[in-house]
Amino acid sequence: MNFRAKQVWMLGLLLVAPAILRGGEWSGYVTAETRVFERSPLFSEQKSGASAAMIFEPEFYTGWKDGDRAIEFTPYFRVDTHDDERNIIDIRELSYLMVNGDWEIRFGVSKVFWGVAESQHLVDTINQTDLVASPDGEDKLGQPMIQVVRVTPFGDFSAFVLPGFRERTFPGSEGRLRSSPWVDTDSAIYESAAEEGHVDGALRWFNIIGDFDIGLHYFRGTSRDPLMTLGMDEEGDIVLRPYYEQMDQVGLDLQYTKDSWLWKLEALARETTSDDYSAMVGGFEYTLYGIGGSAIDAGLLAEGHFDSRGVNAPTPFNKDLFVGTRLSWNDDVDTNVVAGAFVDLDNDSVFARIEFERRIGRNYKIEVELQKLTNVATRDAFYSLRRDSYFQLSLSRYW
Amino acid sequence: MKNHTSKLLAFKFAALLAAMPGFAEETPEDKGLRIAVESDKRDIGFADTIVDMEMILTNRHGESSTRRMELRTLEGVGDGDKTLITFDEPRDVKGTAFLSFTHKEGQDDQWLFLPALKRVKRIASSNKSGPFVGSEFAYEDLTSQEVEKYTYKYIGDAELEGLKCFKIERYPVDPKSGYTRQVGWVDKEHYRVIRIDFYDRKAALLKTLAFSGYQQYLDKFWRADSLKMVNHQTGKATELLWKEYRFGNNFTERDFDQRSLQNAR
Repeated sequence: MNFRAKQVWMLGLLLVAPAILRGGEWSGYVTAETRVFERSPLFSEQKSGASAAMIFEPEFYTGWKDGDRAIEFTPYFRVDTHDDERNIIDIRELSYLMVNGDWEIRFGVSKVFWGVAESQHLVDTINQTDLVASPDGEDKLGQPMIQVVRVTPFGDFSAFVLPGFRERTFPGSEGRLRSSPWVDTDSAIYESAAEEGHVDGALRWFNIIGDFDIGLHYFRGTSRDPLMTLGMDEEGDIVLRPYYEQMDQVGLDLQYTKDSWLWKLEALARETTSDDYSAMVGGFEYTLYGIGGSAIDAGLLAEGHFDSRGVNAPTPFNKDLFVGTRLSWNDDVDTNVVAGAFVDLDNDSVFARIEFERRIGRNYKIEVELQKLTNVATRDAFYSLRRDSYFQLSLSRYW
Repeated sequence: MKNHTSKLLAFKFAALLAAMPGFAEETPEDKGLRIAVESDKRDIGFADTIVDMEMILTNRHGESSTRRMELRTLEGVGDGDKTLITFDEPRDVKGTAFLSFTHKEGQDDQWLFLPALKRVKRIASSNKSGPFVGSEFAYEDLTSQEVEKYTYKYIGDAELEGLKCFKIERYPVDPKSGYTRQVGWVDKEHYRVIRIDFYDRKAALLKTLAFSGYQQYLDKFWRADSLKMVNHQTGKATELLWKEYRFGNNFTERDFDQRSLQNAR
């Protein structure tokens, strides 16, 4: 933990301590998980064998004035047997919410989600991705912010001031599921002279018009997606150095909901010093209810991914098709299976994932995750992960 | 449009006739509708409620599990009610919230809030006949029971739980309903629903819902403390225990929008 992070922690605990002492509600979970890889590692530095991790995420909430005032505090702890870069202490949430009629203000470290797509969260810009907590990009780091929302008959208008940039987390040299060369997060470079102190800002409008849910945003500040430059670490090894540019971005998220169909579209246009480009993800989810007379629902998903930078795009989703299914048992233990695969339409690489979850008893949940890469082309962004197909088992205790 | 107008006229005409005893013989359909309208009318003006609900799911082996949630309801004026449900137990779904806008005609609107991602998701509402969170209650059993969602027929009088009741049949208007018909017992004094038998798409008896522990609030509105649904075909059952009904919360539509869905705990 660096000095800056320590300061945030101290300040945070100082702020939240009176609320905790006054009483509120604690909930959360602790997870034990193990990951077994199908093949031995590709790189000599990588540790072989099954890895294990423990995750602890307690959550404190206290609200008053019928929830119009609230304090939330969610620290996050992760320890890993194989990769030091996967040991994380983070503040996912440490915020104060004030609702006053049609005005809302949230102050502190928080999380905001934008978007509608399932296979990639393209326009979800505010929070940095925590790539080590999960390689699927669903986990996010807490972002310091002041968020002001005005609810009007013409939609919700939000303004964000984002002081303090969060760098993306990457696996270390000893970890699996890493790039080649590995990413040295200690040597990040910034376009802005203010580096991670650059204050970013964003505006968003969201409205529901009949069967349409529409969001538009403008973001100005440090790009959450780093470019990679070659460099050397202290030991003289070749590494990738994350390079965070300044960007101007406009984006759209749109969903049309009709009968059993959800039609989804996310699109953005981004301007940086090095490039101007656009990207989109769009598709549908169609649900078959009660298949074969059972209570099981089957959702069928298809989403296409496009990036105007083509094969040179520093993203695995430059021209890909995702097809998948979501099976919900609708039972008393909330059994769910999500399975899907990305096919790269340029080079035919396939990236597939299956996730299964169900509750055991009152307070336990078991999750199984299978991730498989096959037919990975030399030029594909996933090429360095070609031996990293894995099986993951996790057991969580909630309270 | 024309068809709609003539239907409306027919409805008004029937109501007019029903209001003049002796003028014309009331058909069983008219009487069924009149009972449903009266039952609905007696609940007009409740404005809003908050209530805690414990849901006990029992499988055929008698093993049970419990879900706990809070329900907030805003009475619809000219349209269906709005409901915000926040889950508290089991703990792995704590903080998950469900917002629904019921409409008298057409599909309802539904959103889900997933707290781990802080994501609001609009979901399809055509799944009327599907189970609500693994229970024996279908979505259509729990959403607000607008008069317009069924057609009716009075089939006789009966006594149930020591109460004199009307027995009426109702037929879902929506072809996506999981039922061909429902038989309801409505008590003659207060027009409260005491029991409903549900018949599936093959017209076989599927479930029975029993309402008990009725209490009157604000000297007007009746609410049952317990709703017990038994599935005759699977042997499973779900009991809903309603606790601490709170009326007069001065809710507005603002308390049932995207923002309040995200802030619900």
